Amino acid sequence: MTAAAAPALARHYRGVLPLLAAGLVLVVLASARWGAVAIAPAEMASALRHSWEAPGALTLDERIFLEIRLPRALLTALVGASLAVGGVLMQALFRNPIVEPGLVGTSSGAAFGAALYFVLGASFRVHAGAWTLPAAACAGGLLATWLVFTLSRTGAAGRGSVVALLLTGIAINALFMSGVGFLSYMARDPQARSITFWNLGTLAGASWRAVAVVGAATALGVAVGLRHARQLNALMLGEEEARYLGVDVRRLRAVVLGANVVMVAVATAFTGVIAFVGLVVPHLLRMLRGADNRFLMLGGMLAGGILLGLADLAARLLLAPAELPIGVVTSLVGVPAFVALLRQRRAFF
Amino acid sequence: MLTARGVAYAAGGRRLLDDVSASFAPGAVSVVVGPNGAGKSTLVRVLCRELPPAAGEVRYGGRPLGEWSDGELARVRAVLSQSVELAFPLRVWEVVLMGRYPHFAGRPTARDEAACEAAMRYFDVWDWADRSYLTLSGGERQRVQFARVMAQIWERAPGATRYLVLDEPLTFLDIRYQFEFLHRVRELAAAGDLVVVGVVHDLNLAARFADHLVLLAGGRVLADGAPADVLTPDRVEAAFGVRPVAHRLDGRLHLLYA
Repeated sequence: MTAAAAPALARHYRGVLPLLAAGLVLVVLASARWGAVAIAPAEMASALRHSWEAPGALTLDERIFLEIRLPRALLTALVGASLAVGGVLMQALFRNPIVEPGLVGTSSGAAFGAALYFVLGASFRVHAGAWTLPAAACAGGLLATWLVFTLSRTGAAGRGSVVALLLTGIAINALFMSGVGFLSYMARDPQARSITFWNLGTLAGASWRAVAVVGAATALGVAVGLRHARQLNALMLGEEEARYLGVDVRRLRAVVLGANVVMVAVATAFTGVIAFVGLVVPHLLRMLRGADNRFLMLGGMLAGGILLGLADLAARLLLAPAELPIGVVTSLVGVPAFVALLRQRRAFF
Repeated sequence: MLTARGVAYAAGGRRLLDDVSASFAPGAVSVVVGPNGAGKSTLVRVLCRELPPAAGEVRYGGRPLGEWSDGELARVRAVLSQSVELAFPLRVWEVVLMGRYPHFAGRPTARDEAACEAAMRYFDVWDWADRSYLTLSGGERQRVQFARVMAQIWERAPGATRYLVLDEPLTFLDIRYQFEFLHRVRELAAAGDLVVVGVVHDLNLAARFADHLVLLAGGRVLADGAPADVLTPDRVEAAFGVRPVAHRLDGRLHLLYA
């Protein structure tokens, strides 16, 4: 090692990002191309051209591409990004690699909020237009996450213990998912009716509106995360050490956790609960390069999209023309990763 | 100068610190000693602003602690703890660079990198810059942490004082490492603009390396001064309940217990 330690390290981290970006583009194109109907690259190009020049005269394949495939591919990339970055942020805040938004109540709370909107929204007449659904999901996500943190901190298991956090997470997840089950049982809305939608997730409901809303929430979460990347790095040393380095830990927790809940809850409102992405992606990136949070967020944004894109392709193609719930695929990848992490000594209990 | 005046702290109905006053001067190594439960850690935490005193006040360079912002304080004061465990695979260079976080926004400057390199060379960890922190032994990790906290306050500024607080950093180290660290701390303090305040358990170690001892017992200052004056058999017995024999070897004070 020479005096060029820092630039070499920066290159070491950055070098992998263009590869991930290229991979993400390929995955997005592949998920737009393949499905129940394969769409040729030439048709994809002509669809994009015609959508400008002659929006009225699109062929069926072109319309499938523009109205179904492309929004779905983009939504998948965005949801993957928000779940992966959500995992990075949670793990940084709690200094533990086995924490992710699905384990601490955020996702199930958001699903409950969204299901509540589908079932009761019409009768409440409280409407904020396109933002009502995401707002309901955020409220649910915030409530559930807050419950998990408050209860796990005041319990006998001791302040901030990860065991207490995970156990409380199990209880709160069960509570909110049974709430979702009850609402599904009562529901008339076909989306809320499907309990599999909430439990196992699906990207079938993708629309350009969903892409816009999830995109905005993801941008918010990633921007807040990147802005605090260095402070989150300092937190790896411990709360006290971070304070000795001038970090206002309470403020950091509040801001990052808030942005994170919004990001994950909005994604969940449109796709249901998709577990394990937030666990697997940061873990892979750390094995690949290292634990710098700025890198994990930038890499997670890209790799989360890749992983979820591949999972969605598998979900659509394995049993085509039927579609597997995407949560089944992410669990197949995620559970072994979770078990592997548990077996490592690095997780604190 | 780092001063505590009339500091009191209570928790759970117990007075952990009662009217504690002490001054720690730059250029000297000051060590707080005392039996378990004497309030050593509490005092260090009050000095570091981890605990708010119920009464009294702490001043850094004549300025009350409450007037310092987190960032200002972090640029002149570093704290080394017992041990720092990481859950994530960081490189040694990344860990040391964290010491410079209070000094730069965005990317580290050449000055920040120079400070890290100098501190790492000083503690002989420069060759490990690219190694994973998780692969180091306990003693090696603590050397890296020493480099990190010194990188934080490496640069001297004319007229400004730097502060190094050692919160029992030697607890898990063997005697060779303990001697090595304390030698280096003495060397660093000799620069003249560095206040060093530490907690050390071993009285002989404290007597050997400190210029100034503060003996705490029951949350009060029992004695304050040069090691030979503080660690008299009577005082040690009063504080610890064990009477030592004070023995001089090569001009140094050694406490022996029968």
